[in-house]
Amino acid sequence: MIHWRAYSQLLLARSRELSREPEVVFWVFFFPVLLAVALGIAFRNKPPDKVDVAVVEHPNAARVVRALNAAPPLAAEVIGTEDAARQFRLGKVALVVYPGQVYSYRYDPNRPDSMLALSLADAALQKAAGRADPIRIHEQAVTEPGARYIDFLIPGLLGLNLMSGGMWGMGFALVDMRVKKLLKRLVATPMRRSDFLLALVSSRLILMLVEVILLLLVGRLVFKMVIQGSLGSIIVVSAAGALSFAGIGLLCASRAQKIETISGLMNLVMLPMFVLSGIFFSADRFPAAMQPFIRILPLTALNDALRSVILEGASLEAQALRLLILAAWGAVSFLLALRLFRWVN
Amino acid sequence: MCVAVRCAGLHKRYDNKVDAVRGLDLEVEQGECFGLLGPNGAGKTTTIEIIEGLLSATAGEVEVFGKRWGRDNDELRELLGICLQETRLAEKLKVRETLELFASFYRRPADPARVMREVELTEKAEAWVGKLSGGQRQRLAVACSLVGDPRLLFLDEPTTGLDPQSRRQLWDIVRKFKRQGGTVVLTTHYMDEAERLCDRVAVIDHGRIIALGTPRELIHSLGAEHIVEFTLADPAAFPDLGGDGLAAVPTVLSVRQEDGLYALTVGEPHRALPALFDWLEQRGIELARLSTRHASLEDVFVKLTGRHLREE
Repeated sequence: MIHWRAYSQLLLARSRELSREPEVVFWVFFFPVLLAVALGIAFRNKPPDKVDVAVVEHPNAARVVRALNAAPPLAAEVIGTEDAARQFRLGKVALVVYPGQVYSYRYDPNRPDSMLALSLADAALQKAAGRADPIRIHEQAVTEPGARYIDFLIPGLLGLNLMSGGMWGMGFALVDMRVKKLLKRLVATPMRRSDFLLALVSSRLILMLVEVILLLLVGRLVFKMVIQGSLGSIIVVSAAGALSFAGIGLLCASRAQKIETISGLMNLVMLPMFVLSGIFFSADRFPAAMQPFIRILPLTALNDALRSVILEGASLEAQALRLLILAAWGAVSFLLALRLFRWVN
Repeated sequence: MCVAVRCAGLHKRYDNKVDAVRGLDLEVEQGECFGLLGPNGAGKTTTIEIIEGLLSATAGEVEVFGKRWGRDNDELRELLGICLQETRLAEKLKVRETLELFASFYRRPADPARVMREVELTEKAEAWVGKLSGGQRQRLAVACSLVGDPRLLFLDEPTTGLDPQSRRQLWDIVRKFKRQGGTVVLTTHYMDEAERLCDRVAVIDHGRIIALGTPRELIHSLGAEHIVEFTLADPAAFPDLGGDGLAAVPTVLSVRQEDGLYALTVGEPHRALPALFDWLEQRGIELARLSTRHASLEDVFVKLTGRHLREE
């Protein structure tokens, strides 16, 4: 049962407080946009760098160099034997070719550019020597948006924003009120605690909407991102994330008596997800042993779901497991928080 | 005579084995202003928070207007206006917005504009709370407790840290509320506040009521109502006049000495003073300063506990 007058006044008060706090306006709205634009520019798609190949001195060297230079992105040069070995060791060249009766390739299987150079160089030299490929091929070079770094990044930043907004918005705000004894003052009145919490959560959801639209607009307009999924699905996933983190924030705030405590606690909770949950780079990069733990983290579930919907246009049903993970974290946190929460210290 | 608040055998023990309140009984009548007077740590705030329903008692009973906490919570909260010690309201809300917020919690709130007039904050209606002075903030805090149109107002140390003018303004607000038929329970460690505002005062120390009555009754219990205070020109030469028979001076009831300041409780100054001067002259003792004043609740507290209300 919602007491609408109290609820709307509480929501109004919260909205006023937020909009009159310049720091909030910055961190919630400008910071994610700035971050997206900065990282998007830094990691923008550029034409591939040249891959340097050293060809050791030999009567055939010049011919080899010409053949290799005809196969971009290879860039070949004739270099003395010791020089070549040294430059290879220092990583300045990806491959050393020793022409002769039997061609010798020095490469490093642990370096992707070295593997690439080996493959391209061998193909180029074999073809130049007259190899005929039996299968006719037609190469299609495609650079499509959707696979760029910025496409990967924007949903990740949205997830990050939803997490930090939910945690700080709920957790910090509540402890601040507790410290000021405002919480105690409020529960001394007939105000219902449910109205109070509902107003806080509603405020969070409104901000969530703004954050989603803002980041997607930046992606679309500045980076020509293609948003495959429907806005409705994106909003549902984002709402699930926002609510889940609001619950976790509420739990963190249940007993904290000082601002330092809640700050420390929330950093402790957010830091593993900041690193592991695939905001800036794919979580798959972590060892297989860690994957089960990583996948059940709420931010990982949120980022995966966001990417799935935004970049692949997948349906909400396909996100069922991820939404379940978010719902579980949120519900358990919320229920625990209600039992533990100190309204009157 | 209707009872607004009734406490019987109130006891509160905190987890760290501290007994903040030990067996407290009191009754507050409707329409009176009842004061809890005592030093810091006496248990005043604990007691008032139990009556306000913010704390639960370890033992004992509390009834407010015949209702009990735990059974009639919703009704009670509608009837009470509570002003806590040191609450900081949201700084970025305006005065009017804050009052409207609190008004929205009550079934039958007072008009926020009227309450603002009563606490004289009308011209600050659109000001941010963070920009108010200490006195204005405190008046706003009281306004927030008045906006529910309460029958009983609780004020916990309402004028601590305020300048004299703000204190007087706040006292006027309390008197106005009383004139309109409200009941007030306040805690304070200022004896002038207790004397001027309260119809009855309970003196609290270490979790117990050690005296209860109107301010006049309590002062009367001293046995004498005048205090003569003096200091000596050469205190080192005469360290303990009380031991030398100072109490023998006519109508002197008690002698007290603290840091060289003597305070005599005296029944009839017009007889005691000349006798005192003779007594000092006989012993060749010179006075540095002398003053007389009326006895206060502070003196009552010192007599009962040997300590002052405010540890300076």
